Amino acid sequence: MSTAGPEGANGATTLRNAFGGVLSFFILLLIGVLAFSIRLFSVIKYESVIHEFDPYFNYRVTQFLTKQGIYEFWNWFDDRTWYPLGRVIGGTVYPGLTLTAGTMWWILNSLNIPLSVETVCVFTAPIFSAFASWATYLLTKEAKGVGAGLTAAALLAMVPSYISRSVAGSYDNEAVAIFALIFTFYLYIKTLNTGSLFYATLNALAYFYMVCSWGGYTFIINLIPMHVLLCILTGRYSSRLYIAYAPLVVLGTLLAALVPVVGFNAVMTSEHFASFLVFIIIHVVALVYYIKGILTPRMFKAAVTLVVSVGLVVCCAVVAVLVALVASSPTKGWSGRSLSLLDPTYASKYIPIIASVSEHQPPTWPSYFMDINILAFLVPAGIIACFLPLSDASSFVVLYIVTSVYFSGVMVRLMLVLAPAACIISGIALSEAFTVFTRSIKFQLPGLSLGSQVESGDVTSSVAVAQNSSTAVARNDVAKAEKAQEASKTRPSKKNKKKEKDIVEKESVTPHSDRRHLILPMEASVISIFLLVLLGAFYVIHCVWAAAEAYSAPSIVLTSQSPDGGLHVFDDFREAYAWLRHNTDVDDKVASWWDYGYQTTAMANRTVIVDNNTWNNTHIATVGTAMSSPEKAAWEIFNSLDVKYILVVFGGLVGYPSDDINKFLWMVRIGGGVFPHIKEPDYLRDGQYRIDSQATPTMLNCLMYKLSYYRFVETDGQGFDRVRRTEIGKKHFKLSYFEEVFTTHHWMVRIYKLKPPKNRIRGKTKKLKSKGSSKRSVAGKRNPWN
Amino acid sequence: MGLRLRLGLRLGIVALTITLLSTSVLSDLLLSKVDRRVDLTSQIVRITSTLKVENAGFDLVSDVLLAFPELQARKLAYLTATLIEGKGKVKNAGVSLPIEVANPKGMPPALKIYSVSLPMALGQGNSLTLDVLAVYTHTLQPFPEKITQSDIQLVLFQDSAHYLSPYPAKVQSLSIKLPVDRIESYTKLENTKSHGSEIKYGPYENLPPFSYLPIVIHFEFNQPFAVSQDVVREIEISHWGCVQITEHYNIIHAGAKSKGEFSRLDYQARAHIRGASAFRHLVAKLPPSAHSIYYRDEIGNISTSNLWGDTKKKELLIEPRYPLFGGWRTAFTIGYGLPLQDFLFESVGKHFLNISFGPPINELVVNNLIVKVVLPEGSGDISISTPFPVKQGQETKISHLDVVGRPVVVLEKGNVVPEHNQYFQVYYRFNKLSMLREPFMLISGFFFLFVACTVYMHVDLSISKSSASYLAKLQWDEVRATIQQVESIINQLLEAHEKLEASLCDLSRTGDIQACKMARKTADMFLKEQSKELKTLFSFLQSSPSAAHIVSKVEDLVLRERELQERLIAKHTTVVDCYERKFASREIEARVAPLEQKIIALRKEVEDLLEYIDEI
Repeated sequence: MSTAGPEGANGATTLRNAFGGVLSFFILLLIGVLAFSIRLFSVIKYESVIHEFDPYFNYRVTQFLTKQGIYEFWNWFDDRTWYPLGRVIGGTVYPGLTLTAGTMWWILNSLNIPLSVETVCVFTAPIFSAFASWATYLLTKEAKGVGAGLTAAALLAMVPSYISRSVAGSYDNEAVAIFALIFTFYLYIKTLNTGSLFYATLNALAYFYMVCSWGGYTFIINLIPMHVLLCILTGRYSSRLYIAYAPLVVLGTLLAALVPVVGFNAVMTSEHFASFLVFIIIHVVALVYYIKGILTPRMFKAAVTLVVSVGLVVCCAVVAVLVALVASSPTKGWSGRSLSLLDPTYASKYIPIIASVSEHQPPTWPSYFMDINILAFLVPAGIIACFLPLSDASSFVVLYIVTSVYFSGVMVRLMLVLAPAACIISGIALSEAFTVFTRSIKFQLPGLSLGSQVESGDVTSSVAVAQNSSTAVARNDVAKAEKAQEASKTRPSKKNKKKEKDIVEKESVTPHSDRRHLILPMEASVISIFLLVLLGAFYVIHCVWAAAEAYSAPSIVLTSQSPDGGLHVFDDFREAYAWLRHNTDVDDKVASWWDYGYQTTAMANRTVIVDNNTWNNTHIATVGTAMSSPEKAAWEIFNSLDVKYILVVFGGLVGYPSDDINKFLWMVRIGGGVFPHIKEPDYLRDGQYRIDSQATPTMLNCLMYKLSYYRFVETDGQGFDRVRRTEIGKKHFKLSYFEEVFTTHHWMVRIYKLKPPKNRIRGKTKKLKSKGSSKRSVAGKRNPWN
Repeated sequence: MGLRLRLGLRLGIVALTITLLSTSVLSDLLLSKVDRRVDLTSQIVRITSTLKVENAGFDLVSDVLLAFPELQARKLAYLTATLIEGKGKVKNAGVSLPIEVANPKGMPPALKIYSVSLPMALGQGNSLTLDVLAVYTHTLQPFPEKITQSDIQLVLFQDSAHYLSPYPAKVQSLSIKLPVDRIESYTKLENTKSHGSEIKYGPYENLPPFSYLPIVIHFEFNQPFAVSQDVVREIEISHWGCVQITEHYNIIHAGAKSKGEFSRLDYQARAHIRGASAFRHLVAKLPPSAHSIYYRDEIGNISTSNLWGDTKKKELLIEPRYPLFGGWRTAFTIGYGLPLQDFLFESVGKHFLNISFGPPINELVVNNLIVKVVLPEGSGDISISTPFPVKQGQETKISHLDVVGRPVVVLEKGNVVPEHNQYFQVYYRFNKLSMLREPFMLISGFFFLFVACTVYMHVDLSISKSSASYLAKLQWDEVRATIQQVESIINQLLEAHEKLEASLCDLSRTGDIQACKMARKTADMFLKEQSKELKTLFSFLQSSPSAAHIVSKVEDLVLRERELQERLIAKHTTVVDCYERKFASREIEARVAPLEQKIIALRKEVEDLLEYIDEI
């Protein structure tokens, strides 16, 4: 090597670079395949079906889009939900996901590949998680180089937190939004590193896509200004920073205002004010730098005093206006969800609807371990690595992780925002660790000089170890052999060793100096690499387990393992929805708790009263009130809403815990929030929620109780509820205003019909009740089969 | 109960009076024996009549007329007549005879007449035996029309006790087979016997033509009442080896409508009593070679199904998501693949598909069946042969990677019963080479993609080759290449330095002064050579304008390096000198120490500079 001319050396470097490029391309490709295929467990174990609640709505919207076209979609007024109010779907939905899937479907169909809309929707999330891992690679590469990028991409491809939201069939906004989030951050960093207006424009477009996709875009529009502010405060202002930020705010805000659901919110709500404030600040700073350049120091000093005094006045005025604006709106200009981010106790205090959703609760500690696993331990190391040396990009990454850790602590749902940050940071940590260890080993192995030549460079070494533990094992073997050889020789002095290592000239790219500081003893490096590989293996095993077992259930189909190893399928939800779809009139209205609204409209194609888009609290409270009222009052409420069928979910027979009885207190709370005659204490016995014989009479007489337990006692003679693990309180009762029309195989969904109003009996209406009951008994006798 | 029944009776009486009024004898045929068997065990009513026809006249007769009341004729789904040859017990079912609608004169208006053409004219005094199978749908009327979950389903069946025929009958009998022996009521005439689940009327003798004697039977019926409004059966042929069949069903329980509550509890606890009228499942008999079978509806897979089979048959147990009570509906899709070689054959240069027409589900009535045969893209010269008349049409379907679309043969038929499950043939011409079209398209698509990528990578897309920025970029590229060369040379120089140091170490170990001197000489030579090269590169850098901001650094680097080199050589000479003079190692160190310090400082500087330049 030393005798090779400069030309030859150059050629070898190019070749090595090309080899590394191709290798990392294939690794990226494989990471994409991994990200896609690890999310297919749900399809393999269950079926290709849309999951859970919100995805059904998105699926329905996509169906509408593909059938009716984009203009109809923008103008879509949906009269099958929120009866009798309806909902303007085109203006209240984040259209990114729908448009993405619709476009994919359209492209495939115009290529004459007739996939169904459902198939496209099911596989959108896995495809975009592959994109997200590539975006992670790009972002981390900008921050810390290729090796860290590949490691981070591999980590993100299988991080359980992200898998939980993007398995095949989980057709939700987050599926594409995480990609958009990371990609926007990447473009911001790229602009920051290059100062190119081209990337700045792309960045605004990526931000637009993010705004289209998810309400979480406010995270971007707050995080980036924070970073800009941080850069300014730490004296890192540069023209690149200006180019990265100013176009984003201007173009981004204009583009965001194009999305109907955001509209003027992009300039009118407090979530966006931080960006404008920083926008002003960066201009002031830019001006200061400019003036500093053209003035002499003495003049500059004078100018500073002038500007500061004037600026203070202006600032005060601006702040006053802002405060006035903010104070004039009822929620202080913040939406409920954002407020609950700032004050974690806000939701439970003021908005029961937000608090009632389990994914809006703060997470528990185990959920961190479950969702990001070993990354939680690697993050601190990664943060340290980001500070060596601190660049604009790495400071951004640090800021990202710090804020997202806070947000994830407020809401479980935002664990999803933490996951990419944790992956990036851990990728940096792992990559740095591998770089240090492999280099230490390499320097102490003179015999390997030629062999390591090919594998050298951060890319190959670290990734080869991270990806393929067998390589690492092989290398360890070699290392051990070398060690033995060395031991047999006379022990060279430390200085000697150093020299030997220097003779093993192998890199002409990276500087010599810092390498020397990071040399660890051979044994320690080998053991550490082994442990790191072990750690990685543990992570992989956990992720695969989580993907296969924990996060793949579509939740509309449940399975249970019977003792003999067979699989029992509970397909009750679809049974009920299919029944509604085929056996009720197309314009019938179905009332249920809002959880099942999206599914009912999508699967049963029936009009619902409330659904998962909880935009009208009063309407939900009406349904909640009806469910917590006695039969007659409930009948009147439902009748006034033109409801024909009532759907309740009941898990007491088979032990399905997330049924309506367990959600009932939220109905009471939400109902009571609007209609004060519903009082939560009436349903609680000594502050305890119970359904057994100790329960309060209000509880035992409310509609939800009756609809859930109607004739339940006849199943086993005692009425033992397997979810609450107790015998029910009121066992034998009849329904006088409702009749059972359908109950699914495992009783998980029960559908009741409102009885038509009785004929008015001549004379006093007071007698109605007694008459009615006597009539019923007659009817009972007449039926010989009863 | 009464009203509807009475109405039915009255209708029958009206028909009777009409028929009795017009008693013109058409030919001199005589039915010497009529034996009718009515099978009511399923919702599809099958009436098999064995007619012994005798020619009592003088003329040859080649047609036999069959008469059906208009009401019945509308529900007639299938009609065949077979000639039974042989006498006594040895009967051979012959081929079915051609039947067509006939409109002979002098017939009463409320009758629909079919004429059966005999294979050979019947001479005087001769007789033959015909087996006529008539299959009716929608003939069983649920009564009462609405029942609760716990009620049993009762149905009405109406027919004539006498065989309605334009010919006089000598002896005729009728036997009716019911599914269960629970009979609510039946019309009692003379010679009526009821034995278990069977009712017998007759024998009646010497009946005039067009005799009609209405009977009504009211009985329990709990068989599946599955009626499908529309069935679309799509048969897609792929010459790659598969016939894919997809069938969309839309099923309603057409029996007595369910009213009142549906209690799952009652249904589960006592399914035979509470829910006897409902049906849980249907059975589809698939060809034994069927594979990749699926059963789903628009909201996903339906998990309640079962499949068993052997080499002779394959049965798919289709259980809808919920049990079907009267009036309840459901919809689903089943699909399966069949191996091509079992169904596609070749004859005189044409391919033909030979596959059964009707849907495979047992005892299912289909009001409107649409069979679509999707032929491979590029096939032409299509012709169809069916065993019974159907409505034909053609359309095009664009499927995976098609360009012009695949020709689709559409066959439509109303009122389909399992008897229609006969083979039909679609003939078409297809060039096997067109099979390769789609793979070729894919391959060429990818090929052009890669070509485009390659071209893109090698094409210079800059707008102007003479613009200042472009030239500057070119120059800058050159400068960067040069700087890289400089760097690599410096690195090599540094390596040479290391070697010198190493030789010193060797010296301290082995004390071989000569070797050390040799090392110095070679290193010296090498260093000089490299320095020369460095000079030319440096002069280039100085001359190029775009390197202005970096030249000073490079110059600095080169100077430092030179200095470092000199110091090193000096150190080397000193050490070697000292060794030659056999100084003590401590003294050597003392002499070298200042040099050593300088060297370390310089080396640090050089490395810093390298790093700096590297970053640029």
